[in-house]
Amino acid sequence: MADQELINLTIEGVPVRVPKGTLLIEAAKQAGIMIPHYCYHSGLPVAGVCRMCLVHVEKAPKLQIACWTQVAEGMVVSVMHDEARAARKSVLEFLLINHPLDCPICDQAGECELQDYVFQEGRARTRYTPTYAKRFNPVEDFGGDVLYVPNRCILCTRCVRFMDHVAQDPIINVSERGDRAYIGIHPERQLDHPWAGNVVDLCPVGSLLSKDFLHKARAWELDKAASVCTGCSQGCNVNLDTRTNVVVRVRPRVNLQVNRYFMCDHGRSQYRWMNRGDRIEAPLVEDHGDLAAVSWDHAFVRAAEILRGAVGRAVALVSPHASTEALFLVKRVLAGFETTGAFRVDRVEGDAPLRGVPNLALRSERAPNVTGAVLLGYREQFADALKALERAAVALVLDESLAGVTREQLSAAGQVIYIGTVLPEAARGAKVVLPVANVAEEDGTFVNRDRRAQRYMQAKVTPGMARPAWWVLGELLGEMGAGGRFGSAAEAFAWLAQEESAFAGLTHDALGAQGVVLSERRVAGATA
Amino acid sequence: MGFPHKPHPKETVVLSRYFGDADARTYDGWVKRGGYEALRQTLTMDPARVTDVVKASGLRGRGGAGFPTGLKWSFMPKEKKRPHYLCCNADESEPGTFKDREIMRWTPHALIEGCAIAQHAIQAEVGYIYIRGEFTEPLTIMERALAEAYQRGVLGPDSMGSGKRIDMYVHRGAGAYICGEETALMNSIEGRRGNPRIKPPFPAAAGVFGLPTTINNVETLAAVPHIVKRGADWYKGLCLSNPKSSGTKLFSVCGHVRRPGNYEVTMGFPLGELVHELAGGMREGRTLKACIPGGSSVPILNREETESCKLDYEGCVEKGTMLGSGGVIVLDDSADMVYQIMRLARFYAHESCAQCTQCREGTAWTTRIIQRILAGQGEMKDLDLLLDLAEQMTGKTICVLSDSCAAPVVSGIKKFRGEFEAYIKGARRPVLAHA
Repeated sequence: MADQELINLTIEGVPVRVPKGTLLIEAAKQAGIMIPHYCYHSGLPVAGVCRMCLVHVEKAPKLQIACWTQVAEGMVVSVMHDEARAARKSVLEFLLINHPLDCPICDQAGECELQDYVFQEGRARTRYTPTYAKRFNPVEDFGGDVLYVPNRCILCTRCVRFMDHVAQDPIINVSERGDRAYIGIHPERQLDHPWAGNVVDLCPVGSLLSKDFLHKARAWELDKAASVCTGCSQGCNVNLDTRTNVVVRVRPRVNLQVNRYFMCDHGRSQYRWMNRGDRIEAPLVEDHGDLAAVSWDHAFVRAAEILRGAVGRAVALVSPHASTEALFLVKRVLAGFETTGAFRVDRVEGDAPLRGVPNLALRSERAPNVTGAVLLGYREQFADALKALERAAVALVLDESLAGVTREQLSAAGQVIYIGTVLPEAARGAKVVLPVANVAEEDGTFVNRDRRAQRYMQAKVTPGMARPAWWVLGELLGEMGAGGRFGSAAEAFAWLAQEESAFAGLTHDALGAQGVVLSERRVAGATA
Repeated sequence: MGFPHKPHPKETVVLSRYFGDADARTYDGWVKRGGYEALRQTLTMDPARVTDVVKASGLRGRGGAGFPTGLKWSFMPKEKKRPHYLCCNADESEPGTFKDREIMRWTPHALIEGCAIAQHAIQAEVGYIYIRGEFTEPLTIMERALAEAYQRGVLGPDSMGSGKRIDMYVHRGAGAYICGEETALMNSIEGRRGNPRIKPPFPAAAGVFGLPTTINNVETLAAVPHIVKRGADWYKGLCLSNPKSSGTKLFSVCGHVRRPGNYEVTMGFPLGELVHELAGGMREGRTLKACIPGGSSVPILNREETESCKLDYEGCVEKGTMLGSGGVIVLDDSADMVYQIMRLARFYAHESCAQCTQCREGTAWTTRIIQRILAGQGEMKDLDLLLDLAEQMTGKTICVLSDSCAAPVVSGIKKFRGEFEAYIKGARRPVLAHA
């Protein structure tokens, strides 16, 4: 807001100018300083309990917590002041007296804020002499995907605040008092709220663990790629964590416009299929009634022959899990035909909203790119398209599962070209089979239900000779002499933006890490 | 009056005048003794004027902090846009303090009248008396008195025929010390876990149910009718030492004295006289060793400091302690200071709400260290460790429970270091089997 009052202050000697009402901990980020903290989280109400973010404020009678203190004109804040450092060192010592030093077997190790800060500023040795036993409570299965290891808990209450204020299903609390306190759960409930898995991400230590990820990998073995969740049409931003080319975990990536800091448990579970072993690993062409592996060049020549040799109607059966780039290129490949383009979507009963965040829910529409497909002219009329096969010269399938479709049904079309990750039975009658990458293996874009076009990045390599669909279709178009041949998904997208008005003027760079809403841009373009 | 003892001639009996007089508990008995005149008078006054009177009297909070009451009332919004609330803190749980209990036991109508006057002054239609869970007898008495007050038209939609609505509820706590902290008390009234809230906002801006609230101690509110009736000047004049502390104060004297009980004296009264004369002094053959003058949360005084301490807010600060709630814990030469301090620390460890790290872990750790010293397993460096922990437990947390645990530890080690060292060096036999 332009008319917002701005406040000048100094944090660690760095002048900062921020809107009135900003919390010190947020203002410090502008000075490039991350004030150590545990209980504070931008997505949760402030608790002010861990006391880790105590900072020195000139003229204040005592240290102030940066997560609750608002900026004031002329404030002089020091994070590295001796008193503040002593306070942090002390908080860390207090936290460790009841925290087991079981980092070698703890899933959080390597991404643990307690480990990090103790390493930065903690004491080398404890003064809690070894005659004392640490607080002990047995590990508890909270239900859902969540395991609670109370011995590691530092009572920051992020999980409690998430369930109270964000999920708005207050079934966990702080039970007991003093150093006997622990996180308690409603005796007749399980932590099975559709969004409960977020408590694992929110936990700054290894106290709340994902049962699914338990002992799968050490944090430092993981590679991370920015992606978009494929679980529904909400388009939550995620990171795919891979260990030696295997996706092992999906975690939310911050996008304040879409999912803020969160994602649902269904979305988290959407990664096993990315590691499927039964993939098509080479291009195949029909040879005396059988499919035979061939080189890419051979396959492109054959596919181009088919497409050039056929006239009349074509049917495209596409997947709403395919990238916008691939969906567009399929359209280009079939440009010479009278084409029926169709897709189908898994739909379930009702959305599962995260109440505390507006317009965020696990949507009943369980595919990430339905809007992209619709914008490119595909219709959710799968049954009609199957009927249309009988009158079609060519059928092109883009990673459609073909579940419930028979080989005969599909082969009713004169020629079948199958582009996909795995080979369903119905596709075995295809003339050409082109193996493509799945979402974890390529760059691309999806358009979510709110018309936000968002990029996703490659997280692992493709199996065998499989290649991203934008490359495969680009090469095919090149072979047909119809343009194409791209060096990157961004190049394919640039062509899409040129041809499709909804995407006019956009590039991968312009989409950035947070995406762009298409309708907004179009309105802006019209008025400019 | 040191009920059940006879009032001592040196007492200034105002609040405790009818302690022990069961007839004063009833509405009629209370009215016969001049009760509810002050309220009747107040209801004709402009609320701001009532606040001014209390301001001029110099009345300060009797719960522990000693904040000027009239000033606190004046923080409430002048223009009432949303409901205002009064909370009466009757969660008297400070070890060594038992004055509010006696006020409620014997003069429940004094508290109701004080609350009603305060409610008029701060424009609060609703008042909550948050009573400690263990106070079963005072609870019964308060509830009976409240029912009577409603029946007789003191409370309700037309308070004493003034046309003004004054409602009051008794809310019983569940026995957590921390619920005596004002914001924890408000959480508890709201049905939440009794955790102190981070401030600001202060209660006058957002208190109970997020609405403007004033919270006062029982003794503070019980003094208000007297101030209204007899005038601010009279109250201001009740002063033996520093003019910033006026009025009378009930002191709950317990521990190694011959006549423990509540004694009401004028502000500035010498602590030595309270202990040696009013409370009857030490037992035969015993001498004074130490005294905690303001409830368990304040620094301990040694003998010399006790003898020369003046009982008002400034006099206590001068001796490095605080007047607190007026719970005077007296220890004679038979007392084991190390053990006593361990007991205090253990109390705070038990009652910590578990929110702030320093308090949750620090109170328990402090207790364990002292227990180990008592078990004869201490080391000299433990004393420095205790002081270092205490420093980090002071002024770092949401509320002052952590500070309260640190205060007796620091003053105890400073003033009775020899006793700690005796355990550590083996000069004293361990009193605990193991830490």
